[in-house]
Amino acid sequence: MQRVGVFVCWCGSNIAATVDVEKVAQTLKQEPGVVFSTHYQYMCSQAGQEMIADTIREYGLTGVVICSCSPRMHEATFRKTCQRAGLNPYMVEIANIREQCSWIHKDREAATEKAVILGRAAIAKVHLNAPLTAGTSSVKKRALVIGGGIAGIQTALDIADAGFPVDIVEKKPTIGGKMTQIDKTFPTLDCAACILTPKMVDAAQNENIRIFAYSEVQAVKGFVGNFRVTIKKKARFVDETKCTGCGLCTEKCPQKKVPNEFNLGLDNRRAIYIPFAQAVPKVATIDADYCSMLKTGKCGVCSKVCTAGAIDYKQQDTFLEEEYGAIVVATGFNPIKLDKFDEFAYSQSKDVVTSLEFERLMNAAGPTGGTLLRPSDGTHPKTIVFVQCVGSRCDDSKGKPYCSKICCMYTAKHAMLCREKYPDTDVYVFYIDVRTPGKNFDEFYRRAVEEYGVHYIKGMVGKVVPENGKLKVQASDLLGGRQLHIDADMVVLAAAIEPDESARPLATMLTASMDTNDFFTEAHPKLRPVESPTAGIFLSGACQGPKDIPETVAQASAAAAKVIGLLCKDQLVCNPCVAQPDELMCNGCSSCEKVCPYGAITYINKEFRGPNRTTLLRRVAQVNGAVCQGCGACTVACPSGAMDLKGFSNKQIMAEVDAICR
Amino acid sequence: MQERVKQKAIELLENGTVDRVLGWKTGEFFYDLTPAVFTSREEAETNFVFSAFSGANLSKYLIAESRKGGKVAVFLKPCDSYSFTQLLKEHRIWRENVYAVGVQCDGMCDAEKLRDAGCEGILSVREEGENLIVGTLYGEKTVARKDALLERCTVCKSKKIVTFDELIGENGEELDSDRFAEVARLEAMTPEERFDFWRGELSRCIRCNACRNVCPACSCEKCVFDNADSGVRNKAAADSFEEKLFHIIRAFHVAGRCTDCGECSRVCPQHIPLHLLNRKFIKDINELYGTYQAGADPETKPPLTDYTVSDCEPSVVYERGGKP
Repeated sequence: MQRVGVFVCWCGSNIAATVDVEKVAQTLKQEPGVVFSTHYQYMCSQAGQEMIADTIREYGLTGVVICSCSPRMHEATFRKTCQRAGLNPYMVEIANIREQCSWIHKDREAATEKAVILGRAAIAKVHLNAPLTAGTSSVKKRALVIGGGIAGIQTALDIADAGFPVDIVEKKPTIGGKMTQIDKTFPTLDCAACILTPKMVDAAQNENIRIFAYSEVQAVKGFVGNFRVTIKKKARFVDETKCTGCGLCTEKCPQKKVPNEFNLGLDNRRAIYIPFAQAVPKVATIDADYCSMLKTGKCGVCSKVCTAGAIDYKQQDTFLEEEYGAIVVATGFNPIKLDKFDEFAYSQSKDVVTSLEFERLMNAAGPTGGTLLRPSDGTHPKTIVFVQCVGSRCDDSKGKPYCSKICCMYTAKHAMLCREKYPDTDVYVFYIDVRTPGKNFDEFYRRAVEEYGVHYIKGMVGKVVPENGKLKVQASDLLGGRQLHIDADMVVLAAAIEPDESARPLATMLTASMDTNDFFTEAHPKLRPVESPTAGIFLSGACQGPKDIPETVAQASAAAAKVIGLLCKDQLVCNPCVAQPDELMCNGCSSCEKVCPYGAITYINKEFRGPNRTTLLRRVAQVNGAVCQGCGACTVACPSGAMDLKGFSNKQIMAEVDAICR
Repeated sequence: MQERVKQKAIELLENGTVDRVLGWKTGEFFYDLTPAVFTSREEAETNFVFSAFSGANLSKYLIAESRKGGKVAVFLKPCDSYSFTQLLKEHRIWRENVYAVGVQCDGMCDAEKLRDAGCEGILSVREEGENLIVGTLYGEKTVARKDALLERCTVCKSKKIVTFDELIGENGEELDSDRFAEVARLEAMTPEERFDFWRGELSRCIRCNACRNVCPACSCEKCVFDNADSGVRNKAAADSFEEKLFHIIRAFHVAGRCTDCGECSRVCPQHIPLHLLNRKFIKDINELYGTYQAGADPETKPPLTDYTVSDCEPSVVYERGGKP
């Protein structure tokens, strides 16, 4: 029988207002093995912790039950307290009487009764606790950044600056991401390329950074400090080591009708291409879907004109396996597809464009050389209507329930730039709300309205009808209480943004959790915003939620700081609450091995002593304690009950259930 | 057929293909054939029997036999081959030590059914076409074979022998059987009626453990019911609820691994239709996770230990009428 001390926390009034803490402490004192029971205003305070430590010494406690907030909050705190007082930290149990009791109940009597029951369960469990000792595992001092946009680049640069090697895996032929397609950036209106491309070059030249462009993560194994990642380098059909990026092939290629994804299909490129002038690495790539040589075996022009002899039509995808201590996800975002928003005539008229397409139409490196021209007839638009919240703050079946956050600001930027470059244009912006929190953001928006004379109208556009080369826009002006009919030359839709489609399968590979919108979930929404709940996985940029550039860069550097903190360590303390098989009961059936998400279980054939001095060879499970994360899936899958989780054994859980049902 | 199986057993022992043969021999009566291991030609010639009463599924015995060193031959009827494959999948049988002979099956008979058909004092049974000629103390009686079949054979799920090294007779196909009809009838009852039904059936249980001991899925190194540490060990039913829990726990333990071989009901001395519990699980798995037959192949992942996006949500309990 353990000598158990019970400590009931008020959590100020968080618990004490709904739970009679005095009564809980008194009642739990009657439980078997309880030699001390008390309550205190803030158990997590210095004084509270001192009281626990003193009581452990004075009463010779061998088990401690703390009735307080969720173990996610303060279990680690109280374990340390007990360790300081000479008690094994795993002899502490937390009864969560805040989140699971006081916060969700109003009836004081019922809540008090429930708090007693939760405390009783924790006492029943602590009686079966055994001291556990944490092992350690090594840390591979190299980081992987998945995604080479501004988020990935910033994270990689910061990690590399701290002296650790970093690899960037980017699925596109060049790093740079969405920011390469943007013209100017709010609220300062400096050119996106001018601030981004130096960073791309820095990344390429940094000796600690390796860039795997046109590559994808194929498989991830292992755990924090020791990930083993398979990277697929897709065949470019161009030898990266030989190509000088001269671009001759991209001029001579006879296949001219390939939609240029960099300009969002607004113009065409060749079948062999370099996405844009400042691409990193500046290497040509053959688009296998369009190349006649690869499809029919006829052509070979690029090979003939290439003086470096870099073209290799026989190139295959290659795979390499690398080890990493930490992985940063920076997979970014995409604007949503607009097929469900046909009221805006996006598929009917070329002059209805998305905001990102509009960026390209304004960009000096874009299809129109920076002159704003209508895609349909190449004339200057005189009236432009911007529609905000296309798919944002929208009903689930059609769009996204969340605010895409960046649209208010970039629409203000677009409107302002239009008026600045072409003062004879009329610019209308239709909005639900204008949201401009951020340094110098509201000032920026006010300038668009007040100095540039952009017509901001609260209300949504109901319909856009192409008619005689014009776009008839029907909209409501909610403040004026009237219907508006505008004959526009162009309509620009601020499409909602969503996580990149590669994020979901990647999350599965990483066992990192996601929310219902496929954004990666952070370990704590306020206190651990750049870490995934899965140890060793970090989040950078818009993969975690909609973000503008300043926020993305801030989060990217924060993620880097967390990675550096991890890579600085030589050893990581493992969680000792890992699975342990009882070899005498193990059937060797592999059920546990098949459900283990971490690959922590293997099987060996082992000799056991049989009856009458015989030996029996049996197949039994082995758990790698450094790999096991203690999720418990194996203990449930095991048909014979041979697999148990240290610190959460089947017996302990049954004891808790029994105590609750008593 | 009966003679061919016996000859095969003799032949395999004689030509040294195997060291032992797992087959059947006569028990107390000629119609209660019991599994047996034969180590010599002579033994097989005298005692080996394959007949309409060779219902016993031999695959479970291979867990021990395949580890003894030397090679062992086994005769597998179609449904036995499902159990065999499932055990291979669970790495319980050492395949390299087994020589599996698949045996075509036209359904196995049940002496109880003959008694139900009015045959008292059974002395012999002879097969004649679709009929069984039963010799009794009171003269000969003719019983249609289909009326004497084991329950599981009346709703046979498959004539296909999944895994074998050699075949006697023809290999068949999976069948469309209405084996879930009885489960559907129970599902249609009110909860009270169903509880009464099972209370009636399970109250006859004497905890002889025959169902557990014969079940190929119940092959744990140490059964929870034999483990003092498990907290559920109990030989005698301490209260009326206990024997219900025994069978329900057992059904849970074999869920997703039970091939529906029907041995539990065949051996139950109290005639409890235990197979209905397992079939209810199989039916639910089919409905909630997609059709799955344990032991039908060596590769497919069992749905209960595999996650797919289309898996049912826990709310299915309420949707199907369970009480929140």
